[in-house]
This record gives sequence, structure tokens and C-alpha cells, in this order.
Amino acid sequence: MSARPAPRPSSFDVAAIRRDFPILDQKINGKPLVYLDNAASSQRPQQVLDAITHYYTHDHANVHRGVHTLSQRATDAYEGTREIVRQFINARDTKEIIFVRGTTEAVNLVAQSFVRPKVGPGDEILISGLEHHANIVPWQLVCEQTGASLKVIPITQSGEVDFAAFEKLIGPRTKLLALAHVSNALGTVVPVEKFIAVARQHGVPVLLDGAQAVPHGKVDVRALGCDFYCFSSHKMVGPTGMGILYGRQALLEAMPPWQGGGDMILSVSFEKTTYNQLPWKFEAGTPNIAGTIGLGAAIRYLESIGLERIAAYEHELLVYATQRVQEIPGVRIIGTAPQKAAVVSFVMDGIHPHDIGTILDTEGVAIRTGHHCAMPVMDFFRIPATARASMSFYNTFEEVDALAAALEHTRKVLG
Amino acid sequence: MDLKDLYRDVIVDHNRNPRNFGKLDPADAHADGHNPLCGDRLSLYVNLDGDRIREVKFDGSGCAISVASASLLTEAVKGKSRPEVKALFDDMHSLLTQHDSTVDVSKLGKLAALSGVREFPARVKCASLCWHTLNAALDQQAEPVSTE
Repeated sequence: MSARPAPRPSSFDVAAIRRDFPILDQKINGKPLVYLDNAASSQRPQQVLDAITHYYTHDHANVHRGVHTLSQRATDAYEGTREIVRQFINARDTKEIIFVRGTTEAVNLVAQSFVRPKVGPGDEILISGLEHHANIVPWQLVCEQTGASLKVIPITQSGEVDFAAFEKLIGPRTKLLALAHVSNALGTVVPVEKFIAVARQHGVPVLLDGAQAVPHGKVDVRALGCDFYCFSSHKMVGPTGMGILYGRQALLEAMPPWQGGGDMILSVSFEKTTYNQLPWKFEAGTPNIAGTIGLGAAIRYLESIGLERIAAYEHELLVYATQRVQEIPGVRIIGTAPQKAAVVSFVMDGIHPHDIGTILDTEGVAIRTGHHCAMPVMDFFRIPATARASMSFYNTFEEVDALAAALEHTRKVLG
Repeated sequence: MDLKDLYRDVIVDHNRNPRNFGKLDPADAHADGHNPLCGDRLSLYVNLDGDRIREVKFDGSGCAISVASASLLTEAVKGKSRPEVKALFDDMHSLLTQHDSTVDVSKLGKLAALSGVREFPARVKCASLCWHTLNAALDQQAEPVSTE
């Protein structure tokens, strides 16, 4: 099969972008690395690595603690990132930006601090069949703790959340709607605005899992109208162990602290402790200062390229990759929603995804194989696993060709 | 890392045409095995003559390594006594996990084809799942075996 000429947006200088990512310039098993596992974790540009190194080399001390210069520098950089994040997602106030370990911790925080105190037997938490385990298990825990029930909006054969079924499921018992903005397993972009509008009519608060959405397009939490929005730094070219919980201020104000410790208090005595104000009420203990500063650098980096341009380029990659993968005999793409992020999840006749992953690795091509922490999605399609190629703005059309060639090779080895 | 070390002809053949594939009903012993990382699931069924495996079958789904390993296992353990199966388990464990394994591969027959798996650490559990599942069946464990 010959590689077809690919469309190449002239304004997007991917070669220059790739020079910012030193990790991409290496060989794996003698072949150039083709990194297509971005939905699991992206790579970091030199600008992010430099920001972290600079912080530890020149500015490190604990935040909110000391009167000395280093503590002030660390605090300025840490709190400065809160403003960067606020602008990035267009939140109203920095009080609405809570620094957490990642999307998972953000969901757990809302589950335990917002939902758990106000639900009981007869109440319902509504999620979809598309969710990552991180947007399933925290709600199951709350249900076990309170006697509330978990309800699941079914998905369709194309991998979309069934809107008609949702309209029937939401009702007076529903106490929260928790939805993925973009599916990690299939790439489906969920038209969350439609769901939020209906939830509003029912007075149901909405949490969005934005882990897969934020790196790949402009997110405006006020335009979306959601109550909580969760995302992770490491999927958006930032450091691991860092994430954001956005929450509407009125809701966060009313929520009790989730974890206790230093920094989340104003005064402590054995008789009475007064909690700190937002956002620090939810940030107990010494935080991930370097990770926070790295996230700030990551956002600056993404904005320097432009989220709209990233989205447009990644869409071109998606269209091309879908076409190339589909051409390979015996391949079936799982997840064919009209709106998708740059994710191609697929199965091959008679060849298990795990074998595809190993053979591709010997060709230097890194993809994810398995259930993608979305076992209910796999059960729905009656498959044990998929192979998933997930692209980022630093990937190239040539890398998509390398993926297709490696899949052809896989067919020769095992077909 | 050479792919040919992993997907040897014997393995590709046993993946395409697994031997002793199916159920034994009734079975003297049975166990389920699961590798949650990749979704491999297999069931092993054993009929015994006293201490000796008279019949063994497996079914389920999984990657080429797990299916071929289970298929090769069924051929290798048929007719063997429990202590012989235990000795074979120990040999396979050594073969799959130890670079300096002193196991005499010449006495392993076709099972020796799995020796390349140890060069692919992410795949060792695929090959060993059926062996742990057989142990569980012979020990009459009620809980499914998991690689995690």
C-alpha cells in the first residue's frame, strides 16, 4: 500500500514544535520513536522542563510560610499559576481554582465534600457508559457510603452518550450529573452543552471530566455553564501529579474541607480550628509547588501555539489516521462519533490488541492497548480490549504513515 | 529484542489453531484465570485418573502468547502426575522469568518455544497465566486467579 499525500496545513510548523520536545528525538528498537499514546500521558516541552529546573535551582522554599525571599518567590510563582489557570479556562475568580493531584483527586474531592453530605437512599448520581474508571468508582464509593444509587446513561454503537435516554433518566432524584467532556477510550467529544441545559432545567449540578478535552481545544467553563470541571496537567504537556478542580465559588464556599492539615487552616487549637478561605481550604499540606509552576509553563506553551490551531491541526491528523487505519484489511474502528478528539481506537480480526502493541513497539510505535480504564465501554462493544492511537499537535502525518506500516507488518507476523 | 524470539512459528501455529480448546463437562477440576491488564480470560478443565491428568481442555480469549501458552500446556501436562506437573510449573516459571535460568530446555519439548517471552517483560504474565490457572484447578481454588 502506498502512502497517500497528506494534507499539510501550511501555518502549522510541526518541525519547530518537535524541537521543543527533546524526548521525541530518540530511537526505540532501532526505529525513530513514534509516540501515539498521548491520551495516556503527553510529553513535555523544554520550556516546562526549564521552568521546573529554574524553580528548584533558584526559587524553592515552602509556600505561604516564610517572610524570607525564597518563600516569597515560591509563593508568587505558585499563586501566579492560579491566575494563569483562571484565564486559561475563563473562571470568574482564582478562588475557584483548586490545585489537586489530578483529575482523579478532583472527582474524589467533589464526591466526598459536595455530594456525600447531601445524598441518601433514594437519591441518584447520574453518569454515562462512556466514563473512565475515575468518573465511576468515586461515585460508587459515595453510593456505598450513603445508600444513594448510581444510574448510567447508555451509549450508542457509534460511541455517543444516548441523549434521549438521558432525558428519561434525569429527574427529581438526580443529585449530580458527572460526564466526560471527551472519552479517553474512544475519543468521542460529548456535546456537554446540551446535557448541561437539561440538567439546569432540573436544578441538577454538573461535573465534567475534562482530562481529555483541555489539551486539545479551548475550554471556557463559564460558557459551558458547568459547576465543576476537572483536568490533569500531565495530559496537557505539564508535569505528573498535578491537576485542577474548578468549582463555582458559591458551591465551594458551602463545601466542608476534604483533607485536614497545614495550609488549609487559619487558626488551630484543640478546642476549635478555623478553616482557611478558598481556595486554600482544599489544599492541605505542602502542595506540589514544582508541578504547579510546571503546569503554568505548560499552559503558557499551549497558548503560545494557540488552542484553536492545535485543535485544527489535530483534526487533520485524526481524519488522515482514520483513513489510513481503516484501509488495513480486518481493522474495525471502535468509536465513530461525528465529533472526536484525535483518538483512533480499533481492533484487528484475529489479532489481540496486546500483540499489536508489542509488535508496534518493535517498530518504534508507542500506542496503548487494553481497556483504557474504561472496562464498561469494552463490555458494551463485547471486546476485551482495543488498540488506541492517540495523537497530539507534535505528531506528524509521516508518523501516521509509520503507524499504518507497522499495522501492516503486524498482519504479516500474526495474520 | 527480536520479534521472531517472541512469535516463533510454534506459537503462531498454536494461537491460530489452539489444541484441546473447549470445555470438559463434567470436569474433576476447573479454574478461571484473568489478566486484568490486557483482558485475557481463560478457563482450564481437568479430568484426573487418581493422581494423573487424563484429560485437559481450555477455553477463553486472549493474546497470541496466552492462547499459545495454554494450548502448549494442555499438550504438555496430559498424562502427567501432580508432582510432575508441579516440577514442570517450576521449570516454566524459571524459563519465563529468569535470564540465567538453568532449566534444560531440551527436555521441555515445544514449551521451549516460550523462552523468548522473558525478553519482553510486559508479556511474561500472558504466558504464565495458564500455569497459575492449572495450579488453582488442581488445588481446587474457588477464587479466580488474577495476574495482578
